[in-house]
Amino acid sequence: MSSTQEIQSGLAEILEEVAGVTPADATPEKSFTEDLDVDSLSMVEIATAVEDKFGVAIPDDELGNIKTVGDAISYIEKNQG
Amino acid sequence: MTTLKLATGAPGARILGLGAYRPRRRVTNDELAGVMETNDEWIQSRVGIAERRWADDDETLVEMATAAGGKAIAASGLAPDEIDLVVLASASLRQPIPGIGPQVAHRLGIPRPGAMDLNAGCAGFCYSLGLVSDAIRAGSARNAIVIGVERLTDVTDMTDRSTAVIFADGAGAAVVGASDEPGIGPVAWGSDGDQHSAIEIIDSGYMAMAGQAVYRWATTKLTEALTEAMEKAGVTAADIDVFAPHQANLRIIESMTKRLGFGEKTVIARDIVRSGNTSAASIPLALSALMESGEAKSGDLALVLGYGAGLTYAGQVLRLP
Repeated sequence: MSSTQEIQSGLAEILEEVAGVTPADATPEKSFTEDLDVDSLSMVEIATAVEDKFGVAIPDDELGNIKTVGDAISYIEKNQG
Repeated sequence: MTTLKLATGAPGARILGLGAYRPRRRVTNDELAGVMETNDEWIQSRVGIAERRWADDDETLVEMATAAGGKAIAASGLAPDEIDLVVLASASLRQPIPGIGPQVAHRLGIPRPGAMDLNAGCAGFCYSLGLVSDAIRAGSARNAIVIGVERLTDVTDMTDRSTAVIFADGAGAAVVGASDEPGIGPVAWGSDGDQHSAIEIIDSGYMAMAGQAVYRWATTKLTEALTEAMEKAGVTAADIDVFAPHQANLRIIESMTKRLGFGEKTVIARDIVRSGNTSAASIPLALSALMESGEAKSGDLALVLGYGAGLTYAGQVLRLP
C-alpha cells in the first residue's frame, strides 16, 4: 500500500514523463485538461503508467470521471492492494 | 482408400515488388480549419497529420487498386499471367456485392486467378500477406498480389472533426512470389472481438471510433503482437531496419517505437504525416515512400503490423524487395 504522499509523488513522476508537467505543478486541485494541458490520449498513457506503477487499473469509463490530480490520487488510494 | 494428392509448395515466399497510388488531391490542415472547428496545431498534436489525400470521384477503389497493382507488378519483374492469386484488402466498399478483387485482376491483365476481397479493417494488408505467403508455401499459388485500397472519405462524416481530420484515401500493393530463403516471416495475428464496437460504421453510414479505447489497446496489447512477430521470425528489435506499423496515429507509432526499444539504425515509418490514416493501404504506402526516398533499401528487414476494426491485428517481419 502506498501512502497518499507516495501516490502524489509517483503520479507527478508519471505526469512529467507522459506530458512534460513540472512535478511542482502536479497538485491535487489541478485539472488535467484545464490546468495541465493533458489531452484525452495522454490520459490513457497516464492510466497505463498508473497500472504499471501502482497495480491499479483505470478502465476507460472511469477515466472520464477523473478530472483532477486529486481525483486520480483518491481513485488509486481506494483501489490499490 | 484413395490418398489425396497434395500440391508441392515453395520453401519460402517473399515480396518481389511494391506499388502505391496516392490520390491527386492534397488536403492540408488549414483547408480543414476553414470548414470545421479545428486547427493545424490541434491536429498535429493529437494525431500527427499535416496533410492527407482525398480521392476525387474518378479515383474509385477499382481505379486506385489497379494503379497501385500495376506498379507493383512492374516492380516485381513478373508478367501478369504469372500471377494466380489476387487478394484485395479493403474495408470501404460502398457496394459489397460483387467484391472487386476479380475486376481488379481482370483490369491488371491477370488471367482467371483465384481472386477475392478480404475485410480485416486496417489489418487487411498484413492478414492478406500472411495468407498469400502460406498459399505459395503450400503450393496453392505460384505468385500472388495483395492490394490494400480505401476510400475512407466515403464512410466518414466530413463535418465530424474527430474523424474527418484522420481518415483518407489511397492504395498500396505487393507482389509476392516463391523464394528459397524466406522473405516473409510467420504471421502473428489475432482479434479482440469483445471490442467490436470500438471502430464501426454506425447507422448514419459514417465511421465512429472510441479513440481512448483504441489508443489503449494499440499501445499495450499490440506490443505483444509485435514481439510475437519478431520471435516467430527469430529476430530481435536490434535486427529491424524498418518499423512500419499501420499509420493510424503518430502518437501510437511513437509509443510503440519507445516500447520496443529499437536501435539507432531503425527507420520509423511516419507516412501518416502526409497521408493520414488510409487503413488497409497504409503499410504498403509507407513502405513504398521509404523506398522511394532511399530511407529504406532492398534487403532491409521490416517489421509491419496492421490493426484496426474488429478489432483485428496481424504482423510479420519482411525482407524488402
